[in-house]
Amino acid sequence: MARKVLVLGEVRDGSLRNVSFEAVAAGKTASEGGEVVGVLIGDAVSTLASGMIHYGADRVVIVEDEKLKQYTPDGFSQALMAVIDSESPDALIFGHTALGKDLAPKIAAKLESGLISDVTSLEEAGGNLVFTRPIYSGKAFEKKIVTDGLLFATIRPNNIAPLEKDESRSGDVASVAAEIKDLRTIIKEVVRKASEGVDLSEAKVIIAGGRGVKSEEGFEPLKELASVLNGAVGASRGACDADYCDYSLQIGQTGKVVTPDLYIACGISGAIQHLAGMSNSKVIVAINKDPEANIFKVADYGIVGDLFEVVPLLTEEFKKLKVNA
Amino acid sequence: MNIYVLMKRTFDTEEKITISGGKINEDGAEFIINPYDEYAIEEAIQVRDANGGEVTVVSVGTEEAEKQLRTALAMGADKAVLINTEDDIEDGDQFTTAKILSEFLKDKDADLIIAGNVAIDGGSGQVGPRVAEILGISYVTTITKLDINGSSATVVRDVEGDSEVIETSLPLLVTAQQGLNEPRYPSLPGIMKAKKKPLDELELDDLDLDEDDVEAKTKTIEIYMPPKKEAGKVLEGELEDQVKELVKLLHTEAKVV
Repeated sequence: MARKVLVLGEVRDGSLRNVSFEAVAAGKTASEGGEVVGVLIGDAVSTLASGMIHYGADRVVIVEDEKLKQYTPDGFSQALMAVIDSESPDALIFGHTALGKDLAPKIAAKLESGLISDVTSLEEAGGNLVFTRPIYSGKAFEKKIVTDGLLFATIRPNNIAPLEKDESRSGDVASVAAEIKDLRTIIKEVVRKASEGVDLSEAKVIIAGGRGVKSEEGFEPLKELASVLNGAVGASRGACDADYCDYSLQIGQTGKVVTPDLYIACGISGAIQHLAGMSNSKVIVAINKDPEANIFKVADYGIVGDLFEVVPLLTEEFKKLKVNA
Repeated sequence: MNIYVLMKRTFDTEEKITISGGKINEDGAEFIINPYDEYAIEEAIQVRDANGGEVTVVSVGTEEAEKQLRTALAMGADKAVLINTEDDIEDGDQFTTAKILSEFLKDKDADLIIAGNVAIDGGSGQVGPRVAEILGISYVTTITKLDINGSSATVVRDVEGDSEVIETSLPLLVTAQQGLNEPRYPSLPGIMKAKKKPLDELELDDLDLDEDDVEAKTKTIEIYMPPKKEAGKVLEGELEDQVKELVKLLHTEAKVV
């Protein structure tokens, strides 16, 4: 069944986040030959519309208002509802990001619709669009369908491959007017902590440290390795509890759930709560002094050794690889 | 101040998950208060102690959630309400739960509603914002700090590691993120007192709801375990050689760098 799918693009620091392109790809699957319409909301987003089209959107609808400079649930839901009213879509796809997680349930409640959150893949099967998502922090998976009303899903970053970029693609870009008013939450200040470097939830490479890192300074070699690989630094709960790093870096059942291409666990024992946050990573490397550490059970490659010896050596070796490449 | 906490009973985080008969096997499993809801309960108690008022903890579930509700009372909540859906609902979803909770809350004049930002079993994180929207009140999700001053509130929200300082007013719904507080353990006197605190039980009928009103919009058609990972390769030899081999494997075999 051909569907009209609205895909919400997400802007950060003036650019589209990667998850926007992944959402377009998901939208393409959901559309079954119908139409994928990108939606951009902000104070100045029109220049980004072509990005969504290059990655597969057929056209883009924008809502611009200075009150939309920062995300607020009231502002963005007013903008999005105006688009939904004018487009009458069959399906909605957002990223399962801080913004998507906050906004999607509000829209679902307004529409009295279902919402399938944190989807890692979707496919057409037996006449239904079937959404797969992790449950119990990735210890199991479920397949879900929508039984009533509009199809609505948020997709987990880094799981659905974007379509190939095609800069020759073009499409219509139109504005929708929305009255943005009575915002009940006002953002007074944004304190940047995580965003020095690469965003943990979208990183292709993550170097994570545990109690074995021993101190705040102990994270330095991990940061160097991360910068060589253009990756992000993460941590286990143990390292956060011991004050070696900020809780914003925590990966696990409480904390972030990540699925990078490469996860290098340094001095992490591998408690079940930590595994829940990273075990679906594509390739896992464990570096630990204790050969019996649980982390080796989920690792694809392991080195038994002192991370303070291994990590700097790794950094040097990757540097050489980059030079030769 | 009239404070409500939305609580879910979940699997203990240490539990191994197995499947039998197409469902998650609950036999013999330990259950706990969803860890993020523990932060919510703790915050509610602290807000009450600072501002006066009453904390009511509400859960949608089965009779078995009474145990977790008693624990919340032992921590210091004043009242508990179980909305028992055992006889009425077989397969609810987030639409179902949010609708039931909102129906319960709509005439309660709550000043503040606190929930966990996500439950560690289903992992959707939808119920809090859905309830706020149905009740027509504002919300802030994944909060790490809450200051109430009369009818206004200053909230710090965790946004993928960054922090937003948000000003808003009551009535308000917030969802708790790790770092909001350190939940207390129930004290022995707290446990004794909890036995005498009110724990009311309601069913859909008591909320004037029919099964049809809350029928799920989505359906789970299959639950499965992720494929078991084969044991990985632990490298051997001189450390420097191991590192060289690892980089080569990541580059040529795994092709991730």
